[in-house]
Amino acid sequence: MLNINGVPSKTLILSRFPDEKYLNKPKAITECYERIPCNPCSTSCPFGAIHIGEDINTPPVVDFDKCTGCGICVYSCPGLAIFTVELLDELNARFKIPYELRPLPKVGETWDGVNRAGEFITKAYIEKVSLKEKQDRTALIQVIVPKKYIYEFITIRSKL
Amino acid sequence: MRIKEHPILTFGEKEKLSFFFDGKEVYGYEGDTIASALHALGIKILSYSIKLKRPRGLYCAIGNCSSCNMIVDGKPNVRSCVTMLVEGMNVKTQVNKGDINEKN
Amino acid sequence: MKKIDLVIIGGGPAGLSAAKTAAESGLASLVIERSSAIGGQLVKQTHMFFGSEKQYAKTRGIDIAKILVKDVLEFPNLIEIMTNTTVVGLYKDKVVTLLKKEKYIKVQAKAIIIATGASEKVLAFENNDLPGIYGAGAVQTLMNVHGVMPGHDVVMVGSGNIGLIISYQLIQAGVNVKCVLEAASTIGGYKVHASKLKRLGVDIKTSHSIKKAIGKDCLEKIIIGKLDDKWNFIDGFDEEIEIDALCISVGLSPLSSLLSMIGTEMKYVGYLGGLVPLINKNHETSIENIFVAGDVCGIEEASSAIVEGYLTGLVVANKLGFIHPKYDELYLDFKNQLRNLRSGPFGEKIRLGLKEIAR
Repeated sequence: MLNINGVPSKTLILSRFPDEKYLNKPKAITECYERIPCNPCSTSCPFGAIHIGEDINTPPVVDFDKCTGCGICVYSCPGLAIFTVELLDELNARFKIPYELRPLPKVGETWDGVNRAGEFITKAYIEKVSLKEKQDRTALIQVIVPKKYIYEFITIRSKL
Repeated sequence: MRIKEHPILTFGEKEKLSFFFDGKEVYGYEGDTIASALHALGIKILSYSIKLKRPRGLYCAIGNCSSCNMIVDGKPNVRSCVTMLVEGMNVKTQVNKGDINEKN
Repeated sequence: MKKIDLVIIGGGPAGLSAAKTAAESGLASLVIERSSAIGGQLVKQTHMFFGSEKQYAKTRGIDIAKILVKDVLEFPNLIEIMTNTTVVGLYKDKVVTLLKKEKYIKVQAKAIIIATGASEKVLAFENNDLPGIYGAGAVQTLMNVHGVMPGHDVVMVGSGNIGLIISYQLIQAGVNVKCVLEAASTIGGYKVHASKLKRLGVDIKTSHSIKKAIGKDCLEKIIIGKLDDKWNFIDGFDEEIEIDALCISVGLSPLSSLLSMIGTEMKYVGYLGGLVPLINKNHETSIENIFVAGDVCGIEEASSAIVEGYLTGLVVANKLGFIHPKYDELYLDFKNQLRNLRSGPFGEKIRLGLKEIAR
């Protein structure tokens, strides 16, 4: 019920994911469902993998063949609506999420992984924390969660 | 109630300024408005309404609403939200319309 | 009396952008700003902006302010800036009267651009004057300019972009946002802003509004209720929430009083936020050489204010005989940018509103 509580439906979420066969490498998932005038994801992508076009209200479309999952779009999105996801093995998935809060997680910590409704779903292992100057204060957190949550996990919270 | 750690902003070391609030010596920082300095000290009541003496505080913080009127250095009806804090200022809660002849 | 070709009232994104294109065209201007710093509301905006590269998309508002100020400071011989100066009068013969500290100054202008922006609307409910109840902009000023927390537990009233963005900024400052109340049945702002809050556990309660604030000297709690489709409270749905700060974000209203003073033709247009001047396609009002740019002629976003400012500075300079070397190219570009920004569903209100004020 995106318009009523900010939570997109499963159908909407799935429409943004590629076929699972693409996810052996990290891919960008652009959860931008509305027509709003905005295109930095497209202009920031060094591989030309995100298409918006002349009408900047067009929701972005990712070319999963070109997308390398570098994460530049993740910290360029003003709506923090993009993350990357990768299937590691039979058990786990790796996410790269934007993070603009304090305290920052530390590598090796385990935080609470939540779904789009803010509910706890799984423990999330912090694999990498990146906050370089070019990211302009939006940190990139690499998180490992069980693979079965790839369509549900969205962000981390320190203690619920 | 000052923010210590912020993900986007850096609040650097600023010069401490002493001033008086209703006769008591208190402190704010360079760059504060009177209202923000008082707010950081937990002081939210800045004036009382004229007829019903209802407590009033900060509302717009940009000089439009006049909810934050205080008596500053003897002068009434000063919008404390857009007046920069100066060392030694004498700030009082305003309880009435303000009298320009009022003694400090 | 001081004589200046162009007086720009307001040193926010629209005013600064107008000064820039006017200066690029060779026209001198005086920018008057009532607060102590130029940059307008951008100086409080810690979030990344939307739009396209030309409107500084993905740059934080605070940094866009720095860019606009830097641009203006590149023309020290053409752009004069007066801060801590309030315009107290505007007259049909293009005389502008100013008050700086206790000094009263008169300026004779050939053309004037009014870029005074907007102010926050208020909401009527019982005890809405209690200390602890703030406009959303006030909360931003406290947090982002002064580094002061407005409270520990907050409820936000209004789910437009401002309400949603500031709720997120409250969380960034370490404040607990208990919920966002929205009187309408759907969320008002961009859903990406709403999703950011929802994943952090903030409940967005549509069809809800505040009934009453309670507290002895300061806010202690609120009573909220559920609304039916006729905006009336439904019995039996009252809830009490304990908070020490309430944030009211129910829309902005153009600060158009100077225009009313000089007597330009005005119209009340709900889509644009309130009383606005009738303007032609070059942003000129019904009085010759009185122009407007930014929120004062219709509530929009900073990105539109910037482009409107660029456009207005360009056309005013042209009218006074100072033609920008790239006039035709820029004119078309600015018009295109505005069209692009306004072409989506969120631009509908603006498009309808602008039709109503077209001279």
